[in-house]
Amino acid sequence: MSQDFEPVIVGFLCNWCSYTGADLAGTSRSRYPPNLRIIRVMCSGRVEPAFVLKALREGADGVLVAGCHPGDCHYQEGNYKTMRRMALLGPLLDQFGIERARVRLEWISASEAGRFVEVVKEMTSRIKALGPLRLGHAQDAEPIAEKLAPA
Amino acid sequence: MADKSVKLTIDGKEIEVEPDIYILEAAERLGIWIPTLCNYRGLTPFGVCRMCTVEVARGTRVRLVTSCNHPVSDGLVVRTNTERVRTARRILVELLCARHGKVGVIKRLAENVGVTKPRFGEGDEPCILCGLCVRACDEMAKANAIGFAQRGTDKIVTTPYHEESETCINCGACAKVCPTGAIYIEGAQELRHDELALGPNAAIAVPTMQAVPNVPRLDADACLHFTTGGCGICATNCPAKAIDYEMQDKEIEVKAGTVVVATGFQVFDPSVAEQYGYGRLPNVITSLEFERLSNAAGPTGGKILLRNGTPPASVAILHCIGSRDEHYHRYCSRVCCMYSLKFAHLVHEKLGARVYQLYIDMRTFGKGYEEFYDRLLKEGALFIRGKGAEVTPGVPGGAEAGKLVVKCEDTLAGVQRRIPVDMVVLSVALEARSDAREVERLFNLCRSEDGFFLEQHPKLAPVETTTDGVFLAGCCQSPKDIPDTVAQGGAAASQALSLILRGETTLSGACAEVNPDLCSGCRVCNELCPYSAISYDAEKKVSAVNESLCKACGTCVAACPSGAIKGKHFTKEQILAEIEGVLR
Repeated sequence: MSQDFEPVIVGFLCNWCSYTGADLAGTSRSRYPPNLRIIRVMCSGRVEPAFVLKALREGADGVLVAGCHPGDCHYQEGNYKTMRRMALLGPLLDQFGIERARVRLEWISASEAGRFVEVVKEMTSRIKALGPLRLGHAQDAEPIAEKLAPA
Repeated sequence: MADKSVKLTIDGKEIEVEPDIYILEAAERLGIWIPTLCNYRGLTPFGVCRMCTVEVARGTRVRLVTSCNHPVSDGLVVRTNTERVRTARRILVELLCARHGKVGVIKRLAENVGVTKPRFGEGDEPCILCGLCVRACDEMAKANAIGFAQRGTDKIVTTPYHEESETCINCGACAKVCPTGAIYIEGAQELRHDELALGPNAAIAVPTMQAVPNVPRLDADACLHFTTGGCGICATNCPAKAIDYEMQDKEIEVKAGTVVVATGFQVFDPSVAEQYGYGRLPNVITSLEFERLSNAAGPTGGKILLRNGTPPASVAILHCIGSRDEHYHRYCSRVCCMYSLKFAHLVHEKLGARVYQLYIDMRTFGKGYEEFYDRLLKEGALFIRGKGAEVTPGVPGGAEAGKLVVKCEDTLAGVQRRIPVDMVVLSVALEARSDAREVERLFNLCRSEDGFFLEQHPKLAPVETTTDGVFLAGCCQSPKDIPDTVAQGGAAASQALSLILRGETTLSGACAEVNPDLCSGCRVCNELCPYSAISYDAEKKVSAVNESLCKACGTCVAACPSGAIKGKHFTKEQILAEIEGVLR
C-alpha cells in the first residue's frame, strides 16, 4: 500500500445536528482531513442503504452516516430508523467482502464540532490503514460492482 | 348574608353588622380604638385581660362588659370612652402594673390610659397570662403543648408536668402571638439569617417584590393549616376573602402558534469548590445572597450584615467562581465583573468598608461600564489581579482571629497575598438550568456545549431556533446582562408577532409525495411517520401525505419498499447524482 493513499469518504449528515456540527467546526476554524465529502440530508432517516452501496460503488473508500443523538432527533425518531437500517446493512457488506469498518454510523450533535473533527480524523486514519476499497478482489471486480448497482 | 344584620350604636355612631360578631370588631370597623391585651383576630375571644371593657346600655340598664366577647345585638348602645369606663381601665392597668409594670406593652398601655404612677408598684414579670399562646397552641397549631397550670397567684403557662413537650411542633405560633415577648424561640435570630437566600420565610408571602402576579403565595409544606388543620389566621384576616385552602395545582393547556423560550439560568453552586468554604464558613456568601442582603425589600431591610448581625469592616469579592474555570465552566459568565463592581460600590456607600476585588480580567465591555470601573478605582476599591485561591478561617488567638483569610496570587505585584476580611462574596457563574434538557426535548431545540440553548445562527438568526415558531430570549440562550436580555426579548417577541400577525405560514417546498401508481398500500410509511402525516386511503388502497403536516425528514422515502414516495428536494435521483458528483 502506498504511503500517500488518500481515502475518499462520503458523509451523509443530517441537517439539524451533524451538518450544523460540521458547520460549527468550520466556523470555529477547526482543522480536519479533507477526505470527507459531505452530502446533506434532512434526517439521517432519509439515508437509504442503497446510498451507502452506491457511494462505495462509485469509488468511495468509506461512508460516514451521522445524525442526532438518540432522543435528540429533530424529527423525533428518524435516527432510530437509521440505527436499525445500518445494523441490517452490516451482513450485506460482509457478503460483498467489504469491511464493516468502512461504513460508520455516528451521533454528532450541533454543538459537537470537536467530536465531528475527531470522528473524521479517526475514520480517515482507519480507512488509510485499511487501504483503498477493492471490490470483488481483482479478477471478478466488475461483476460485483455490477451487482452493487442500485436498482 | 344568611342571618339578618343588626344595628347598634357605638359612641353615637350607628353601624350595621352581621349578628355573629362581637362589639370589639364592630368598633374596629368604625375606627374606634379599644385597648386590649388578650384579643387576637382569628383566635377565640377570652375576655381575660378586661382591658376592652366598655359600657353598654339597653333601655335604662347600663353595665360594664368586655367588648371582645360581648355579642352585638339590635338596638345596643355602646359607649367606649365614658368616665366610668376610663376609671375601670385605669384600675385594671394599675393592677396589671403591680406584677408587670416594667413590661413594655403594659408601660405603653399605662401611658395610653393616663396612669402615670401606679399605686400598687411595678413588677417585672413578663407573662401577663393573656392566654394567647395557649389558644394559639390549641387552635392554630392543634398541638396543645402548653396550657395553664395552678390557680390564683400561682397560675402559670407551662407544658404538662413542666417537662419538654412531645406534642410541640416547633411552629413558633405561641411566640408570634405573645404580646410581651415572654415566649421566644431560642436561636430564632440565627434561623432568620440562615434563610436570607431564601427570601421571605413566612408560610404565606409575596415571593419577591417583582413577582407576577404580585400576590402572596401559600407554602403548603410550611403552613400550619396544611400541616395541622388548624390556624387559618390568614383567611380570617383577609378582607377580600381571597384565601382558598382548597386550591390545587392546575395544569393549564394553552394553544399557541409561537413560543418564546425564556427559561433563564441558575447560579453555580460553589459548595462543590470546597476551597472557598461556601456552606462551611458562615460569612462566605454567593453574589445572589449578597443581592438579597443589600435589597431594601430583603430580610435585613437592605443592611449588609454578617451572620452575627454586625456590619463587616472588610469584604472580599472573588470573581469567576465556576466560570472561566476548566473544572466547571469554561465560558465567561459576562455579568459578574459589572455586578461585582456594583457590590463594591454599595459596600462603600452603605458601610464605608474596605472592599477587595480579586479578578482575573476586568471585562467592562458595555455602554458606560468602563466609566463605572474608573469611578470605582477612584472610590478606593482595592483591585487585585489574581483569582482567589482559597478561603480559610483565621487562626484563633492570632491577629486574623475571627476573620476569613483569602489567599491569592497578586499577578501584577508578583506576590502571594493573605487578605483577612469579614465577609467573602463569591461571584458565581451563571449556568444552564438543570432542567434545560427537558425543555430542549419538549421544543426540539439544540444546546451548545456549555448547556445553553443554541440559536439557529449566531449572526443571521440570533433568536430563532431550529424549530419553526420557537424563539429564544435571555439567559437560557447564554449568560447576558439586563439590557441585552431586554433587547433579545424584544427581538424574540417581534419575531413571534410577525408570524402571528401574518395569520398564515409559508410551508417549505420540501415534503414527501406518494405516487399512487407505484404505492402498493403496504402502509409501512404510515407507522414510520413521527408526525402522522401519512394516512391510508382504504378506498383507493394507497397512502397519501398531508403536505401541511409533513416536515420532510424523508424517513418514509427511505423506507418505501416500492419506491413510491418522493422526498421533494431530496429525491433519490438528486442524492444519487450528488454521490456521483462528490466522487467524480
